[in-house]
Amino acid sequence: MNFAVLQFPGSNCDQDVVHVLRNVLGHSARLLWHKEDSIGNADAIIIPGGFSYGDYLRTGAIARFSPVMGAVQTVARDGGLVLGICNGFQILCEAGLLPGALIRNRSLQFRCEQVFLSTVTQNSPFTSQIPQGKLLRIPIAHGEGCYFADQETLARLKENNQILWRYVDAQGQATESANPNGSLENIAGICNAARNVAGLMPHPERASEAVLGCAEGLLVFESLIHALKTRPASEPAPAPREGREVEVIAA
Amino acid sequence: MKAKIIITPKKAVLDPQGKTVQNALAHMGYPGIGPVRVGKYLEIELTGTDKAAAQSAIDDACHKILSNPVIEDYRFELE
Repeated sequence: MNFAVLQFPGSNCDQDVVHVLRNVLGHSARLLWHKEDSIGNADAIIIPGGFSYGDYLRTGAIARFSPVMGAVQTVARDGGLVLGICNGFQILCEAGLLPGALIRNRSLQFRCEQVFLSTVTQNSPFTSQIPQGKLLRIPIAHGEGCYFADQETLARLKENNQILWRYVDAQGQATESANPNGSLENIAGICNAARNVAGLMPHPERASEAVLGCAEGLLVFESLIHALKTRPASEPAPAPREGREVEVIAA
Repeated sequence: MKAKIIITPKKAVLDPQGKTVQNALAHMGYPGIGPVRVGKYLEIELTGTDKAAAQSAIDDACHKILSNPVIEDYRFELE
């Protein structure tokens, strides 16, 4: 599969995502600079973590108007798969591709630690390969990860089964002490109503190799790959317009 | 012309920064401190002279980028 990993000024998890997709999972992945207006022949888009535009104004607020985000809007509208991780999640919310917003952690602290995630539904291209009941141990690293949505939006998320992951304790309970940032109902990740765009604050790419202490994050990428491999053949392939390749340093 | 824009968190949105400032003020002994909301203030210099056009453009910018309507309210004045 071909993945496009977006790169904004201030992205800093882009190389990690490319490393996992290429060297751990053996797929093709390339970095796509934010000034490109096409995703080329990519099968799916990953918006990685970082601090795009220094988090100025609000997290993701400026990145969301980058030229490449026009292409992302088109891909998302046409049913293509888009995953936003951390800052990528914030950008997708700012872009209106995911409902709600991510605001300052309730503690006001930047939280950098391992969390447990429970997967709420396997019914998505991002969770299908996660065994039912399995807790994922994945790190977070953010200052603005408190998920907020108004009551109406929250009700709709639940009704449509759009909550994908929740922060839980080691026993799988979504307790207040297991919630690292004050997110509504311990929400760690959601998808859109069409289920082709998702975002999560934790970093699966930082937990994708045993040498890093945990490889459970791979299940997220494997779900994505499974979805791409099994997508209906009738779906038209993306137009083969080439974006500019950016060399990966030390990958 | 200059636009003066004030952006505040919506009432329904938790404002931990405001809460912390409120607690600090109370701890310092200032009497009668109620809830505090921390927002942003922007000043934008405008080169045009058409006030109606500026009003409409700034309102559009506030809605699209300067604030996030999901979590923030805004108000502004031109002078």
